[in-house]
Amino acid sequence: MPVEIDIAHLARLARLDLSEAEMERYQAQLSVILDHAARVQSLEGEPEVEVAHPLGFVNAFRSDTVTPSLDRDEVLAQAPDSSAGYFVAPPALET
Amino acid sequence: MNSNELSLTAAAAQLRDGSLTATGLLESVLSRAADTEAQLHAYLTIDHQGAREAASVADENLAAGIDQGPLHGIPIALKDNMVTRGLETTAASQILSGYKPPYDATVVSRLRSGGAVLVGKTNLDEFAMGSSTENSAFGPSYNPWDITRVPGGSSGGSAAAVAAGSALGALGSDTGGSIRQPAAVTGVVGMKPTYGTVSRYGLIAFASSLDQIGPLTRNVEDSVLLLSAIWGHDSLDATSYSGKYPEPGSGLAKGVDGLRIGVVKELAGEGYEPEVEGAVHAMVELLEGAGAQIIEVSLPSFDFALSAYYLIAPAECSANLARFDGIRYGHRAPGDTTEAMMSRSRSEGFGPEVTRRILLGTYSLSAGYYDAFYGQAQRVRSAIRADFAKAYENVDVLVSPTSPTVAFKAGERTADPLAMYLSDICTIPSNLSGHPAISVPIGVDEQGLPIGFQVMAPALGEPIMYQVASVVEALAGFSARPEIAMVAS
Amino acid sequence: MSWEAVIGIEVHVELATDSKMFCGCAVSFGADPNTNVCPTCLGLPGALPVPNEKALDSIIAIGLALNCTVSPQSVFHRKNYFYADLPKNYQISQFDIPVCVDGYLDVAVDGDVHRVGIERAHMEEDTGKSTHIGGGGRIDSAESTLLDFNRSGVPLVEIVSRPEIHSAAQARAYAQGLRAIVAELGVSDARLEEGSLRFDANISIRPAGDSELGTKVEIKNMNSFRSLELAVDYEIERQIQSVESGGTIVQETRHWEEEAGVTSSMRSKEGSSDYRYFTEPDLVPMVMDEAWVDRVRGTLPELPHARKARYVAAGLDEALARVISGSDPVLRSLYEDTLRAGADPRAAANWTTGEITAWTRRSETEPTAIPLSGSQLAEMLQMIDDGTVSNSAAKEVLDGVLSGEGDPGDVARSRDLVQISDAGELEAVVDAVLERHPDAIVALRAGETKVLGFLVGQVMRATQGKADPKLVNEILRNRTTST
Ligand SMILES: [Mg+2]
Ligand SMILES: [Zn+2]
Repeated sequence: MPVEIDIAHLARLARLDLSEAEMERYQAQLSVILDHAARVQSLEGEPEVEVAHPLGFVNAFRSDTVTPSLDRDEVLAQAPDSSAGYFVAPPALET
Repeated sequence: MNSNELSLTAAAAQLRDGSLTATGLLESVLSRAADTEAQLHAYLTIDHQGAREAASVADENLAAGIDQGPLHGIPIALKDNMVTRGLETTAASQILSGYKPPYDATVVSRLRSGGAVLVGKTNLDEFAMGSSTENSAFGPSYNPWDITRVPGGSSGGSAAAVAAGSALGALGSDTGGSIRQPAAVTGVVGMKPTYGTVSRYGLIAFASSLDQIGPLTRNVEDSVLLLSAIWGHDSLDATSYSGKYPEPGSGLAKGVDGLRIGVVKELAGEGYEPEVEGAVHAMVELLEGAGAQIIEVSLPSFDFALSAYYLIAPAECSANLARFDGIRYGHRAPGDTTEAMMSRSRSEGFGPEVTRRILLGTYSLSAGYYDAFYGQAQRVRSAIRADFAKAYENVDVLVSPTSPTVAFKAGERTADPLAMYLSDICTIPSNLSGHPAISVPIGVDEQGLPIGFQVMAPALGEPIMYQVASVVEALAGFSARPEIAMVAS
Repeated sequence: MSWEAVIGIEVHVELATDSKMFCGCAVSFGADPNTNVCPTCLGLPGALPVPNEKALDSIIAIGLALNCTVSPQSVFHRKNYFYADLPKNYQISQFDIPVCVDGYLDVAVDGDVHRVGIERAHMEEDTGKSTHIGGGGRIDSAESTLLDFNRSGVPLVEIVSRPEIHSAAQARAYAQGLRAIVAELGVSDARLEEGSLRFDANISIRPAGDSELGTKVEIKNMNSFRSLELAVDYEIERQIQSVESGGTIVQETRHWEEEAGVTSSMRSKEGSSDYRYFTEPDLVPMVMDEAWVDRVRGTLPELPHARKARYVAAGLDEALARVISGSDPVLRSLYEDTLRAGADPRAAANWTTGEITAWTRRSETEPTAIPLSGSQLAEMLQMIDDGTVSNSAAKEVLDGVLSGEGDPGDVARSRDLVQISDAGELEAVVDAVLERHPDAIVALRAGETKVLGFLVGQVMRATQGKADPKLVNEILRNRTTST
């Protein structure tokens, strides 16, 4: 089956700012890979989808105890922009 | 023989009988690196100062009678997708260039407390996505056996360093074969443990349900030693196994007499180099001669493994790499709005293979395609687990080539993603099943390029996997070392 | 034509655990920015989540309190969307197998009870906080965004109602009912002003009697019960007017503007959103077996609906039972002490919810400080019963006890409120009255019984209301029938 790919939509969902040329290239490569990947659809039978850990264990929890947090200066030292203990980002424009 | 050529076990012995110091050992490793890095580019960062301090502490402690264990004073290299506090960690991506993590990965703290000397951070395909280490944002690594060829990937830097002697052992990560395939094409031993036995805390995630850290070493015994130092339950990783761990080396001296060894029918034929198949076939006969019962096994679902992998791994990666948005760390591009800044930072920061996989994973998870792609891939994964379970009713281990080919030429497959993906055809099933698997060098082809032999075992089957691997190693008698043509650097 | 509003409400409840949902950072409101953060809740490369077991106990408790089924097995999913205050750019949440499903909450609006179905309650993590500066707080004119991740990873329970709410008043009652329950369970601080409860409403309208649903609009940013009620009311009206004036409703998210009292479109990208849910591979499945659920059930306090049933069984009518079972814990225990001291349930309930509650309001006293014991209240009710004091005098007695003048008996005596029940004493008073009103006797004998009331009134006045009315009536009858 020919897979249809809305590459612009994918780039938007993934927050990637791609040029027209890049989009064309990726679109072509994706359709080759997806055509091959579509083989999974010809698997015989309908085995249950396995969500369990390969070692089959469940219920891995932590007890509700407070552990030390990171030093703020060490954390903010890695930030591209920060001020007065905050990370700073450009405005969120909802459009 | 220079001390940088020693096995972990031999070096550990000499450190204790006083014929070798950790500092001396480190210096021979550092000078080997100085001689070879220009050709190999195995390392992204060599931590001269940190390593020298660790080495002298190791010497003082030993002198004071404090023995921190088998890795005490041993120079180990780390793939650069394991975070090291205060030491640049980039996962070979532009987006993390200059990033200094505020914490150590669990494997890193375990190595430190075991007295190991961390030499530096090795090169990889960006975010471990690749099979040649050519996808590094900071330039490719090359194969010590032929510097016009790739060292495999994504743990190519770790493999090259161990093969070249610029580390005695290294850690890599294996999501679809990224430890075993580079080990195979560089003539070293590379092992992927049972999923959940080595903590992923501090491993920069590629595909969380497949990623596993493991050792690259010069021989099987060293592999056992390094694995023993890093595995075990970690409360910081919810997928970390908290039950009883076997003694991985318990089968080392036992031989293969009476063992049932399954040869995987699906991992042969078209696309496999005759010399690789020939060497693997010869080793199977040697194993039979050593008393093993050889059984041909068919696992039909393996035919879908590669396809399923290239849906599942990118899907997880598309979410795992979403956090790189230019806000809290890493590269930030200018932008008038958060969204514009994020999108620009990401497209500037990620290389083509990573971008491709993010798009691929976004596709297979997106509305309307999920069931036909991601959902169906999960079914394949279940079928593969089922096929393995069925096979292990009749055999103790499964064997195959590690890689269908020997090391290929740099640039040969970069234009064709699908051809590149085929390099992992033999290794991917064990990632999808979460089972342990190891690659052992069994010889070289007529061009003198190493060939790897893969031994797969059921979950927590490390002892029997190592038992067979050590026999393979003995039967192969592989002891060749690469001759690296020195060029003035 | 008449319209029916169809409303579904999503409530996010912040749990009051010591540490966060997936890491050991402290949960604390109002700390310095980015001081309660670690690799996990900052989404640093390589960090991993480990779930807080206490938070799961809490959501199970909430589920049980809301009559939900606790799923035997449940898993976490990743909900993928990019936002500056979401560190991993996905939220660890739940999708098709939430911890709790299929419950309900009964809400009462002016006496009548309405059952609101609860579709699910699931576990998730909170985001950080964005402060948009430079634009008077308006998101779309901000010049930059300040990010604080102290709240990132705080455990959240999202409770999703079925679209079975039909008025703003019901919406408010539902939200208040949920708040009462999480407060009672002690699983949340339940402080709306600190955002520990947050409401979103999905609202649509349809012609009354129609069965299919109209286009729904999601309303956000209501931070008090009052603004929830106002916002829902406003939105219902807006939709009715736009439809009746020939417009159509567009599916969108609208923002409640507290000051302006209106909802306004957020121009959001809901249309293009695709959350790409998939099972969280960093976590293993959860199995909530009988033992676990029973352990949590064992820790539950008595909840309003159970308490109400108990009161009805004890002889209260529905309405009173609902009021008192939902009332302040201190008032409730006063009520129960009073019963234990042998008082009649109905009388005790009436006085507790009436006079005593009124007194706390008048005297601006916290219910915790009511200077009245159950046995004192019971004693007073007994005095009314056996005619020692009249109903009206009892109010004075109560006031005296509440002002610390001693037990009801002492107050009745010291304030001289005890009824005159001595026949001889009263006959004298009656005769005196009759002498002053001979014509009244004539009228009575002529059968004008309404005069009787007048005479009783005269006697009461002569005794400053202390005469026992029953007795006075008796005496008057005797006097006026015989000669
Ligand atoms: Mg939510
Ligand atoms: Zn944290």
